[in-house]
Amino acid sequence: MTHQVRDLTVEGLARVEGEGAMHVVVTDGVLTDVKLRIYEPPRFFEAFLRGRAYTEPPDITARICGICPVAYQMSACQAIEQACGAVVDPQLRALRRLLYCGEWIESHVLHIYFLHAPDFLGVGSALELAQDHRELVEKALKLKKIGNDIMEAVGGRAIHPINVRLGGFYRAPTRRELQPFVERLRWARDASLETVELVSTFDFPELEIDHELVALHNPDEYAITEGRIVSDGGLDIEVAEFLEHFAEEHVERSTSLHGRMIERGRYLVGPLARYSLNYEQLPQVARESAEAAKGLGRVCRNPFRSIQVRAVETVAACDEALRIIEGYTEPERPAVSVVARAGTGHGATEAPRGLLYHRYSIDHDGIIESADIIPPTAQNQDAIESDLRKLVEANLELSDHDLQHLCEQSIRNYDPCISCSTHFLDLTVERR
Amino acid sequence: MAAALPKLAVWKFASCDGCQLSLLDCEDELLAVAGAVQVANFTEASSTVIEGPYDVSLVEGSVTTPHDAERIQEVRRVSRYLVSIGACATAGGIQALRNFTAVDELASVVYAHPEYISTLETSTPISAHVPVDFELRGCPVDRSQLLEVLSALLRKRKPDIRASSVCLQCKRRGNVCVMVAHGTACLGPVTQAGCGAICPSFERGCYGCFGPMETPNTVSLSSALHAGGLDDAHVMRLFRTFNATAPAFEAASRAQEKGDGRL
Repeated sequence: MTHQVRDLTVEGLARVEGEGAMHVVVTDGVLTDVKLRIYEPPRFFEAFLRGRAYTEPPDITARICGICPVAYQMSACQAIEQACGAVVDPQLRALRRLLYCGEWIESHVLHIYFLHAPDFLGVGSALELAQDHRELVEKALKLKKIGNDIMEAVGGRAIHPINVRLGGFYRAPTRRELQPFVERLRWARDASLETVELVSTFDFPELEIDHELVALHNPDEYAITEGRIVSDGGLDIEVAEFLEHFAEEHVERSTSLHGRMIERGRYLVGPLARYSLNYEQLPQVARESAEAAKGLGRVCRNPFRSIQVRAVETVAACDEALRIIEGYTEPERPAVSVVARAGTGHGATEAPRGLLYHRYSIDHDGIIESADIIPPTAQNQDAIESDLRKLVEANLELSDHDLQHLCEQSIRNYDPCISCSTHFLDLTVERR
Repeated sequence: MAAALPKLAVWKFASCDGCQLSLLDCEDELLAVAGAVQVANFTEASSTVIEGPYDVSLVEGSVTTPHDAERIQEVRRVSRYLVSIGACATAGGIQALRNFTAVDELASVVYAHPEYISTLETSTPISAHVPVDFELRGCPVDRSQLLEVLSALLRKRKPDIRASSVCLQCKRRGNVCVMVAHGTACLGPVTQAGCGAICPSFERGCYGCFGPMETPNTVSLSSALHAGGLDDAHVMRLFRTFNATAPAFEAASRAQEKGDGRL
């Protein structure tokens, strides 16, 4: 019997952070297999953290990802501070949130305009977009720069900030250093509101996902730096209980580990989960922009619309940063003391791509005995594969070229950070 | 049509993406750069790929897999100027910590099935595999230094990048010496300048992101660190981070292991 085979290959998926591959097999017009293969070289962070000092993970784990180093630093600090029984002062907590808002603005604007929007506008890159729409790209760059400049003012450097330490900072910024951001952030909030309007004019392919949505939740604010881990399936746990409910599986094709909820299966972290679970906590200006955004709704289950959610979250981050700076008074001390003691601590914060969990066990001298780091893209891999399966099944009539493009776009919906997830992509569609 | 613009390619090996992101982080200059070169191959930023050869290749990351050891040869073949950018590409990066231990042991800590992992015993800089025309230091690289290297190559002149120490930049910035004034451990005296002496400006000691300066006196600095109360293991860890296998830093950290790293 002869099988009808369709075979598509793309080497190197573009506009994602890192390296990986995708393999789709279609036999006699029926989708038979979808696999993501991550070939980002393994870097063994958890292994070489063993034997290091408890003060080092904020600097070392930042190097897992150049796009979201602050997320790594914040999850690491939270985990080790918990192990040592240290609690940071409220002003330092606010400064950490400000630094994190800087990273959200930078990372979200990069993804919206440089990685994701070209898909909807039919161009290869933002640089090509600049040929006909230079003002738009200039505005995006100006907005992105504000995020970077906040990270430089608070963290000393935008990529791998140097000013973060256990307990707080090496030096707290002065009021004077932060004051110039007030005007710039007012502009940035307006520019983000315009971004929500712009991306809401895009044509979104139909896709409705049923993954369990998981995010941090904090009743008092849109959760970024701390909260309980909740889901739309009723999960509501302390961060320290994470490993009792979530597991990573190692699959052959990948140097990344796939995350699963124990006895519940695939789940989704990131903007869609955060937005759908924490809509009520969005600052008013962000909520109003979401209400006005065409087709978005209070719960978003279409990953293609994640670009709208990122834009709404950018409004929120600008508004939060503005609020923190307007209320900023210089702390009495830049850091609280964190004294080593034997124990285990857990930390989870909302990286731009989703929940990032760290666990450290340290001995009484402060030497790390073991570490676990579970990045968002690893947790989302099953969800990404599941979405691809649905999309391919619904669009088999498309030409290989168009189907391939749709798959690539679907992967970019998640803003996958492959550098992080190895702790992703040439695309192969094989039709047999 | 105007004369063809020089073709720029950006390649990624084992890394965090931070150094190539530095290029996208040149918000004020990015469109000018895009106007002066043809961004021909930069998969993180663009799905448009123009075939080589390329006039300038920026290479991020270190070589850690058999596949990458072959791939870098191909990158060299299609590149007129090859510039390695960042601590991974110039010194093996943080992942070169594997070079101090057995890699199968590391894999078994991280992965349930280490047999699925294809990786080399060591993480090595690009220059260990192919001739490199210029090495730009930093974890991450400094944006203005990256722009300087690009402009220099496009104008066919030598990049103005100094191999002097962080101390010189720190003094020029008017910082109070954190080591002298506060007894803070600082790698500034043996680390190459380029970052702008950020850490001392934030009352923190330099932790060596830019790797060793030319002719660093690590023995003298190690002795001063010991005199300041640091034990061998602490000094070893200071030298063994993002440029752990840069020869001068590797020698300094190995000396601490043997307990003979002081004057």
